[in-house]
Amino acid sequence: MTVAEPITAAVLQKLVAEFLAAHDPRAAADGGARLDFLRARFDAGLAWIHYPPGLGGLGAPRALQPVVDAEFAAAGAPDNRPGWNAIGLGMAAPTILRHGTDEQKHRFLRPLWTGEEIWCQLFSEPGAGSDLAGLGTRAVRDGDDWIINGQKVWTSLAHIARWAILVTRHDPNLPKHEGMTYFILDMHAPGVEVRPLRQITGESEFNEVFLTDVRLPDSLRLGAVGEGWTVARSTLMNERVSIGGGAIPREGGAIGVLANLWRDRPDVRTPGRHDDVMRAWVDAEAARLTATRFRQQLAAGEVGPDGSAVKLTFATLMQRIAGLELEMRGEESLRHEDWDLGRGRDVPFLNRIAGYRYLRSKGNSIEGGTSEILRNIISERVLGLPSEPRSDKDIPWKDLPR
Amino acid sequence: MTAAADLLYDETDEELRGNLRGMLSERSPWSKVLARVESPETCDSKLWAVLAGEMGLAGLAVPEELGGAGATWRQVAVVLEELGRAVAPVPYLGSAVIATRALLHCGERDLLAELASGRQCAALAVPFSAMAGTVTPSVSADGDALTGTVTSVADALIADVLLVPTADALYAVSAADATRTSVVSLDMTRQLCDVAFDGARARRIASGPAAVSAVTAALTTGAALLASEQVGVAQWCLDTTVEYLKTRYQFGRQVGSFQALKHRLADLWTRITQARAVARYAAARAADAAARAADAAARAADAADAAVPGASVDAERSVDAQQEEAIAAALAQAYCSDAAVLAAEECVQLHGGIGFTWEHPAHLYLKRAKSSAIALGTPDRQRAALARMVDVPAA
Repeated sequence: MTVAEPITAAVLQKLVAEFLAAHDPRAAADGGARLDFLRARFDAGLAWIHYPPGLGGLGAPRALQPVVDAEFAAAGAPDNRPGWNAIGLGMAAPTILRHGTDEQKHRFLRPLWTGEEIWCQLFSEPGAGSDLAGLGTRAVRDGDDWIINGQKVWTSLAHIARWAILVTRHDPNLPKHEGMTYFILDMHAPGVEVRPLRQITGESEFNEVFLTDVRLPDSLRLGAVGEGWTVARSTLMNERVSIGGGAIPREGGAIGVLANLWRDRPDVRTPGRHDDVMRAWVDAEAARLTATRFRQQLAAGEVGPDGSAVKLTFATLMQRIAGLELEMRGEESLRHEDWDLGRGRDVPFLNRIAGYRYLRSKGNSIEGGTSEILRNIISERVLGLPSEPRSDKDIPWKDLPR
Repeated sequence: MTAAADLLYDETDEELRGNLRGMLSERSPWSKVLARVESPETCDSKLWAVLAGEMGLAGLAVPEELGGAGATWRQVAVVLEELGRAVAPVPYLGSAVIATRALLHCGERDLLAELASGRQCAALAVPFSAMAGTVTPSVSADGDALTGTVTSVADALIADVLLVPTADALYAVSAADATRTSVVSLDMTRQLCDVAFDGARARRIASGPAAVSAVTAALTTGAALLASEQVGVAQWCLDTTVEYLKTRYQFGRQVGSFQALKHRLADLWTRITQARAVARYAAARAADAAARAADAAARAADAADAAVPGASVDAERSVDAQQEEAIAAALAQAYCSDAAVLAAEECVQLHGGIGFTWEHPAHLYLKRAKSSAIALGTPDRQRAALARMVDVPAA
């Protein structure tokens, strides 16, 4: 599709209307019809409109995406269940778009967007968490193929993923940042083993992934040999941008649960707790307004660092509020629902019991960059403070203490 | 419910900020502010003349037909950020915010025009620690003569007019007819004074509930806007500390490269980033409440002539907007007071020895931050008030 005129909201609404006239959204509720509808939407450039024509987009301003999504939702059209493929949509797709070959873009982006193929991210390792560039999963060249050996951890969705984005070490003799190469991995390839990783809540949202002599063709390499760190950084940038979502009303989060507990249960009230609750209320409202302001900045095209403040405070607030609620409920909190190993439940976080939320929120300050790493990023990139002296940058990876 | 609040700055805000910062760094660098706190005239009347007169900033939130600039409290908040950043010794908060808000509420056109033009300066005669809704008047009226004493009044030393609440009215008094005794203040960049009236001749500008609500409105808007001054104070403390830690070397490296300090500054930046969102929200709600009150007043005036539909709707909207301003103001004081104090305390500590000296300006900011936290209601009292407003009862 080519569009000569500048793409405005009105133009997009017209395009969606034309599309819906040709593709009945009501007939596309399930199964094959649903997929056909989504594929057609992709081919019409109405999937992610800021992507280039031919790859699901129109080269339109990203800010107008909500206009398109709202039109499809209003017509009762099926969506691509973005929550099921968050890593694919939020991280793999922009990385493939930026660093992939034409062949890779055309092969992977369409089934990724429609949700036919789920993606996961093979980055963290038992020995490489905050220091991702220290990773040791080896990629050894073998003719037109690569042989992969190593272990990855904290991989959401690995048990249902068709593809993965994978960072490896191709040359241990180079300094850590230079010896890395980035691949797309076939999760169905022989030698890929996925095991559930049981977490603090008893259940298992994440996996360990063992890679034993996994053979993958050079055509699945993303970026040049040795460019792995650059490509990985662009993936991680996208992780930070994907914070956000819709506006939250006052008391819309965990603080609402706490405030309502206080209101409904006079027996939990003590004078000391009252100030704890109000301090949490004030901090939660401040965090909410900061997130609101951050969204306003993004909408106005200002890319500022305030999102880091949002993530940092969100993590501690969730932990503090759940901990407070647990204490307020007293005896009730000594009794837990169950510790069963499962794959996580399809229940909204705020509807889970306080004990669960207390434990699960401990992950908020670890996942997606620990709070400590976030503080380093803020102090160095926002405040311009110097980095700590480092001894690991210029020596071969194989000689680093570990 | 009121509409979503815009929490960003616009181009006009940034232009205003740039002009003001330039003027303040030229005319009121911290070395001058420091020298002034030990001089007989702690308030900088020349600087005030430039701000209020030449730059026209005293009447920023006053409608044009009343002699002001017709901007909103959102722009006033930008001015306060810069004045806080410079710990400028001028009565902007007292005259251009608190007294102005009281006069707007009372519909006092002539005196308002005097303040807006910068020809006169006024202060609300209540202790600086007084919080909206908790003022107990200490002055009584006998006819048009006032008698009594008010302690610890801010921005009154330079004032031409004092607005004085009594049990059932609000009066305007020429400051020359009161006895003002300056107080050695924790914050000498905003020196307090005790004000005594001994049969001073006064003019009644509001009576009964209107007088009470004028004082409440003035102190609420004052609290909402003080938050922006606190953000300015906090931002200066952060900026100055970060710069210092880049230039100070110990153990053969920049002190700012130690993670133990970097993380504290990252946390402080996070706190100030949030304080700014909260302060912008409070300023936006103050602007909204003022606009709704003006709408309702205009409609009520029309309604006096003929039955005008919509008057009660406007009145209701105005009450909602005032309520939201009160919540935003309490939230802002509860959050921004602590943020500014933390910033100033970190500034002193992370400067090490030099931060403990009189010759370094950090103490000016610490004193301003701590005084401002106590002013217009401490964070603890603000949380208590907030709890009542958002239905989280104490017991």
